[in-house]
Amino acid sequence: MYAIKVEDLTKQFNGFTAVDHISFMVNYGELFGLLGPNGAGKTTTIRMLTGILKPTTGTAFIGEYDIQKKPLEAKQLMGIVPEMANAYIDLSAIRNLLLIGELYGIQKKKRIEKAENLLRLFGLYEKRYQKVRTFSRGMKQRIIVAMGLMNDPQLLFLDEPTSGLDVESVRLIRELITEFNDKGIAVILTTHNIEEANQLCDRVAIMNHGKIVAIDRPEKLKRTIQSTTSIEVAFDKKVEPGEIIFKGVSEVKKVGDKLRLYTEKPEEIIPVLVKYAGSSGNKIISLNTLAPNLEDVFLKLTKKREE
Amino acid sequence: MNIIEQLRRSWAITKKDLSVFYLKGPVVISGLLIPSFLFIAFVFGRKFSLEFLIPGLLGMALFVTVSSIGPVIAPWETRMRTFERLVSAPIALWAIILGDIMASLLFGLFITLFIVCVSVILLGTGILSLTLIVGTILAAFCFSSLGLVISAPPTDNPSNIMMLSSLIKFPLIFISGVFVPISEMGQWKIISFISPLTYYTDLARYSVEGSNYFSPNVDLLVLFGFSILFFVIAVKGHKKSLSKRF
Repeated sequence: MYAIKVEDLTKQFNGFTAVDHISFMVNYGELFGLLGPNGAGKTTTIRMLTGILKPTTGTAFIGEYDIQKKPLEAKQLMGIVPEMANAYIDLSAIRNLLLIGELYGIQKKKRIEKAENLLRLFGLYEKRYQKVRTFSRGMKQRIIVAMGLMNDPQLLFLDEPTSGLDVESVRLIRELITEFNDKGIAVILTTHNIEEANQLCDRVAIMNHGKIVAIDRPEKLKRTIQSTTSIEVAFDKKVEPGEIIFKGVSEVKKVGDKLRLYTEKPEEIIPVLVKYAGSSGNKIISLNTLAPNLEDVFLKLTKKREE
Repeated sequence: MNIIEQLRRSWAITKKDLSVFYLKGPVVISGLLIPSFLFIAFVFGRKFSLEFLIPGLLGMALFVTVSSIGPVIAPWETRMRTFERLVSAPIALWAIILGDIMASLLFGLFITLFIVCVSVILLGTGILSLTLIVGTILAAFCFSSLGLVISAPPTDNPSNIMMLSSLIKFPLIFISGVFVPISEMGQWKIISFISPLTYYTDLARYSVEGSNYFSPNVDLLVLFGFSILFFVIAVKGHKKSLSKRF
């Protein structure tokens, strides 16, 4: 049974197509990442799925409910952490959680219990009566994520949940996302942080110009672009990238004090590099072969669309 | 999802609004002072009886206080990025708006009750009647709904809405029989009929002076009509502007 089923969803703003006929499904217990450059349509997609924006065409089912026809029932199943959302800074941490509890119709005793549990889990119990105004950015974001979990959602939307946070908060939020996901909650994560998506997500969809350009498991996506296997080499003396574009090397990039050579056949290029170092009186300090990462997939797919 | 459940959630919005926007020292004090100062400024040096002044003060205080904060809640919440979370919760837009209206209404009634108490002491007689109580609650709902109509444009700048609010509110105060009785407005009195404040001031005059322009039932009926009209326009307006807020 799917947690969310998106069917041919499209959103146009004054003739501009922000989201262009996208379809996908997310199962319960799955952590699904939505990746894409700025303006790709990720947040617009989330806003349509959470019932904030009305799609131009298409619809989405949250569990059994059509978000267009039964928005309140569908919203009751979701937890939402909107992008750059805020808690009420003039309310205490616990009041913010209790307010969300009331908006989801949770009974008083249960919502107090739930709020206190979440505050403990997010390391904010001691500061529960403090106004959110006094919190650091990381603490505010923890409260916002906790607010998204108040109703024991079956489906959790997280729009850039760790953007710009301190290391401790990022780690805590990631751990808790994984923990809740392990309990069977479907999580839809929108992020700019490709490594975060790579580490957390079971599947990712890469969006560009409102369309889904790829959707699969991160490892499978990486395998689709084997041509971006690279060799990273550091020489004792300075070498210009142009000097080592050997046959079979598609591109050479300078990365800090190292040079990265993109090739489909690293095993053939390594001996050539060693020979080059010997003949030019240079020494190789370090040499690594790198498998393609999700960032390479992302850049390749989004660049291809640009072209 | 049933209406009772939505009303409960609406009450959560009311409590949130009261805590976040209303029950703060400066807001309460300005709620008391602004209508009082405005009133004193206009009546100073002119010979009016207390019986004439108090209904006007009552009408103006209710109108000014009830519609003071309500209009800026939506733009403020849009700016502070709390609005998106509210509308993504399982609460209908009408229930959010009703919650905002109820907070304004309760704040306005609290301020008006204070003015009524002062008035009773000054007049030495009771001015309260069941008609006035019902009329005051109805008028508070009506003026508060008007405030939510004003807040519908999709801006995140509260000062834009404040300006719009002042442009609408202040002319209404002058055409609504607060300072000049409707009967003395000559042919211009027809303009006063478009203002809901006219009917509340008229009702208050009936309770204090025992005389009025319209019958109390007409006043109540018109206030009820305006309340429904403003509430429907507020819900439709906010629904239309919602997608432009984010």
